[in-house]
Amino acid sequence: MAKDKVKERVNWPVTILLIIGLITIIFPLYMAVVIAFKDPSEMTNDIAGILSLPSTWSLDNFIEAIQVTDFFHSFMNSLIITVVAVVVSVLVHSLAAYAIGRNMDHKRIFKWSYYFIIAGMYVPFAILMMPLVKQTAVMHLDNMVGVMILYVVFYMPMNMMLYTGYLRNVPIALEEAARVDGASTWTTYWKVIFPLMKPMHATVAVITGLAVWNDVMTPLVIMGGQGVNTLPLAQMNFQTAFSTNYNLAFASYLLAMLPMILFYIVAQKQIIGGVTNGAVK
Amino acid sequence: MASTAAKVGSGRNKTFMAILIPVLVLFCAFNTFPLLTGFFYSFTDSKGYGAFNIIGIQNYLDLFSDARVLNSYLFTFKVAVVATLATNIISLMLAIGLSSKIKFKSALRGIYFVPRILGALVVGYVFSYFFTYIVPAITGSESILASTEWAWVAIVIVVVWQACAQTTIIYITGLSSVPEDVYEAGSLDGAVGWDKFRYITFPLIMPSVTTNMVLVMKDMLMVFDQIVAMTSGGPAQSTESISYLIYNNGLSGGQFGYQCANAVIFFILIAVVSILQTKFLNSKEEQL
Repeated sequence: MAKDKVKERVNWPVTILLIIGLITIIFPLYMAVVIAFKDPSEMTNDIAGILSLPSTWSLDNFIEAIQVTDFFHSFMNSLIITVVAVVVSVLVHSLAAYAIGRNMDHKRIFKWSYYFIIAGMYVPFAILMMPLVKQTAVMHLDNMVGVMILYVVFYMPMNMMLYTGYLRNVPIALEEAARVDGASTWTTYWKVIFPLMKPMHATVAVITGLAVWNDVMTPLVIMGGQGVNTLPLAQMNFQTAFSTNYNLAFASYLLAMLPMILFYIVAQKQIIGGVTNGAVK
Repeated sequence: MASTAAKVGSGRNKTFMAILIPVLVLFCAFNTFPLLTGFFYSFTDSKGYGAFNIIGIQNYLDLFSDARVLNSYLFTFKVAVVATLATNIISLMLAIGLSSKIKFKSALRGIYFVPRILGALVVGYVFSYFFTYIVPAITGSESILASTEWAWVAIVIVVVWQACAQTTIIYITGLSSVPEDVYEAGSLDGAVGWDKFRYITFPLIMPSVTTNMVLVMKDMLMVFDQIVAMTSGGPAQSTESISYLIYNNGLSGGQFGYQCANAVIFFILIAVVSILQTKFLNSKEEQL
């Protein structure tokens, strides 16, 4: 009875407050859009000139930004790095978590390995950065391959914790049944366990993917100044070269944000779910 | 029979070792090894190239009397503490709003989450323009990005704007796990409004508070992208975060060994803060 009553009544004051609050989210994006579509001549010095809608919605700034930042190239580099880092992370981290998770309760070397890797979460990139610049140069890994390897290593502690946590709830009886049928540990893993961890794969893919796609520091120090750009690096180089043409700049920013916004529109539920799981677990 | 089982067992062990060893090698090669190298360089006067000498703990001694380094620590902790508190307070209010009986619930939740998916660098560029042109045009004053006294506030606003998205979602999850009957029991005892929040909701969502405090604080202590995008550490080095100083002076300022020592201190601080925070907040958690 009481519950029904609560459900019926929409809390309009809170709804309205929350809608007003959306201004804080939408205003910066609105500003980016109107400036990006405007001709520089429309940008008067007063605030109305900046924030009014453009008189004509012109794509010129976007076309120029695509050329100047070599957008498609940077986009492809970001995409390759992200996809490879995510796929390898899902395959390697889940497998490693399986080996460690299934043995850490009764074998010391696995238990120590677990804590050894997990401790990596407290290591800030700032301390690895300088030695890694030297190390990757010596190993000829001061390129995209090196950056991808580093991501797989950097996100290993977090993903290891997520996967081993999840594995605790996967009953061991399942793989014992497969083993009785004569399947090897390797086959059992890929045929039985790996598919069972699907929800955790989604979580790991989302948090690793978001972090890698938006990361600036790793590609900046490892392969900066070599002419190979990721999307954020391209924005940075663009900023130093053309900082005064704001219409062009905002077109470029929007282009850099667009792939992730489109992806978010398609996979909103998975992304929010992944971020939540990754943090709460 | 026993021997077959042992054989199967040892085959299984071999597989597990064959997985563990390469993973450990990979982790050591690109995490442990550079960590140790950084530790080693912190005892040298290396410029990042050429010959260097081992100078013992001189770098560490110098760090403590280096005003620029001390300022970067003050700035970073000021931003981290203020931003962590602001993020958690705003997010908790948003989460309570977004968990109540409202219209357009999923649309509102979806839009409030958008900042989480955007890159911090580009967001920093957009806000940099906002603080440089829009805000002064409204207030008629100088841009706060040009003020040594207030530029840090602009950094706080940007990092809070982004951090609230994920923090809010975590609080929403925490709130949804509070069982309805706890509230009903509470309202029988006369708990409403602030009392209800203070004595019923808040203790029950303490695990989310722990998670959010630790996650946000750690992120904030490592603030970098927003500094690059908005101030480059200026004006007059007033917004140099620790990460930014290490990056800037360590890689292009000829202070390789010195900044390695700085990074070692930074690493210890991050570990200590995260562990202490988790310990302290865990002790405040209450189980149902």
